[in-house]
Amino acid sequence: MTSRVHTGEHFINGDTACAEGAIAAGCTFFGGYPITPATEVAEHISVRLPEVGGTFIQMEDEIAAMTSVLGGAWTGAKSMTATSGPGFSLMMETIGLAVVTETPCVVVNVQRAGPSTGLPTQGAQADMMQARWGSHGDYEIIAVAPASPQEMFDLTITAFNLSEAYRTPVFIMADEIVGHMSERVVIPEAAKIRTVSRPKPTGRKDRFRLYRPGPNGVAPMPAIGDGYRIHVTGLTHDEKGYPVMSVETQKEMIERITGKIRNNINDIVMTESYRLSDAEIAVVSYGVSARTSFTAVDEARKRGIRAGMLRLVTVWPFPEKQIRALAQKVKGIITVEINMGQISREVERCAAGRVPTIGVGHHGGAIIPPEDVIDAMGREDMR
Amino acid sequence: MTRTPNAAVTPTVHPLEDLVRMDRIPHIWCPGCGIGSVFTACLTAIKQTGIPYEHFAMVSGIGCSGRGAGYINIDSFHTTHGRAIPFATGIKMANPKLNVIVFSGDGDLFAIGGNHFIHAARRNMDITVVCVNNLTYGMTGGQVAATTPHKARSSTTTAGNPETPFNLPLLAYAAGATYIARWSMFHARDLADAIAAALRRRGFSFIEALSPCPVNYGRRNRETALDTLRHYQEKAIIKNGAHPAELDISGARGLILGKFLDIEKPTHDEVYKRMYRPEEV
Repeated sequence: MTSRVHTGEHFINGDTACAEGAIAAGCTFFGGYPITPATEVAEHISVRLPEVGGTFIQMEDEIAAMTSVLGGAWTGAKSMTATSGPGFSLMMETIGLAVVTETPCVVVNVQRAGPSTGLPTQGAQADMMQARWGSHGDYEIIAVAPASPQEMFDLTITAFNLSEAYRTPVFIMADEIVGHMSERVVIPEAAKIRTVSRPKPTGRKDRFRLYRPGPNGVAPMPAIGDGYRIHVTGLTHDEKGYPVMSVETQKEMIERITGKIRNNINDIVMTESYRLSDAEIAVVSYGVSARTSFTAVDEARKRGIRAGMLRLVTVWPFPEKQIRALAQKVKGIITVEINMGQISREVERCAAGRVPTIGVGHHGGAIIPPEDVIDAMGREDMR
Repeated sequence: MTRTPNAAVTPTVHPLEDLVRMDRIPHIWCPGCGIGSVFTACLTAIKQTGIPYEHFAMVSGIGCSGRGAGYINIDSFHTTHGRAIPFATGIKMANPKLNVIVFSGDGDLFAIGGNHFIHAARRNMDITVVCVNNLTYGMTGGQVAATTPHKARSSTTTAGNPETPFNLPLLAYAAGATYIARWSMFHARDLADAIAAALRRRGFSFIEALSPCPVNYGRRNRETALDTLRHYQEKAIIKNGAHPAELDISGARGLILGKFLDIEKPTHDEVYKRMYRPEEV
């Protein structure tokens, strides 16, 4: 079996589904480093990539893995790596390089409880703010949060498509529970999978400017060997890609790289509403915590509480508009996530005091029981 | 200034101009610095191979030598500190047809990036690594490096370096490099020939290019740029095939230069293809 898309029904875990999603999206280069609970992504893709003419390499550490992904991406290959907290920390500097050089790539973080080595085999969602702000400097990032093995497949394709369309790193913020859970995953026919590739430059090579943006703010990207004689640097650079150490160039560059995400936020952000039409209490959640929150909402409804949920499929850029609208509509918002309060702060910021907001979370290592969410709905400030 | 004897002759273009981003000149390198000479040797070597320019990519890390990628007029990448080699590895593995050159300094390649160097050598990654060794961190003002001689002064070892420096060819040898040479920027032609030889062959090639840093190293160690050049000239012992273990540059033996190793071994991309995509071989 050497086809790119393994069409059919499978019973596989989230990590494997992610690797299949990458292959279906057209990934041909993976630079990896083993880390629990993300190792299965590398293991599976190391087998699948050569079947489709791609290349896998296990690098000497996560810094090298991430850096090799950037090198691969500039040859024109759709490139990826997978890791967990400690490796994600090591990748941060290179992620900044990917942002500023506008290098498309996909990074899967199968989150485990931290800080440091933490609980390697147990899930958490405590790297959400690191995903947003982990590299130094000002930037925007795209991150999606899969809630099932099926979404590990689907959202990996979405992640590649967004990364190619916007020439930016995209994070798949999974967690150990979704990564290691085995469920039914339906892989559609290849023809039904939409894949996007980076825009390529056309026109005269001698007049080419590496960062001259197209209509949506994204510049076409040549590959090494295309004859454009590009220079790519992590220094602040002008439209030509040349370093310019000035306040004006810094402003232009940062505005362009943040603008291409901010100005296209409606195209990027995905959310799912559940029983929200008449809801008085809204749960906001993502990833595996959204799964337990669905149960909490249904159970609360049985008990006469008018609950609903907004599930964040895209976490970054933050769905600000959706949360603001929610805060106009409901009487209270509960954010459910396996951490001590990260996305809940964003929700609080967007609700801007219009309604009470509380967070339900814990220190990591386990899912959040639906009962904890229902209990929170009964709190005085939610009534 | 020399004058063209025949005024009717149009001014000639520098033979390497097509390989330089002339719109980025002047460069940042200080008067007396040797990086420009090593860079010139590198450009000369590229030209000498006759390989079309679009088949090359140059990757640099951070530091004075790391600026090399910014001046060469081929596809070039100025990456993060220490990470030129894994970036080059990604390029090579994703497109093995490309001829990938890493041009960077000793601090970048052997302190922060040391781990990547040994692993790329171990894999026999088919790239050419040119290390400008000026014995110090020039860009940040002359701090002690992994190559600074014992007892030499730097801005962070004001009473002398208490540590022992790396013998770079020995490190490359131990890690599995298949081509190892050392020249100084004073030996410009030998250096260019060595780089050209490395670019024409397959396998992990390492060229150490000794180069003065008069502003940040020489100044603290009572050594002008000319003193360093004189040192390269007078102390040089050309000994091709010398065992890498005898190549300590601060030793009493003098400065041993030459080609120390040139062996054939399958490269990583070849072996990977043979084992994982045999239908393509």
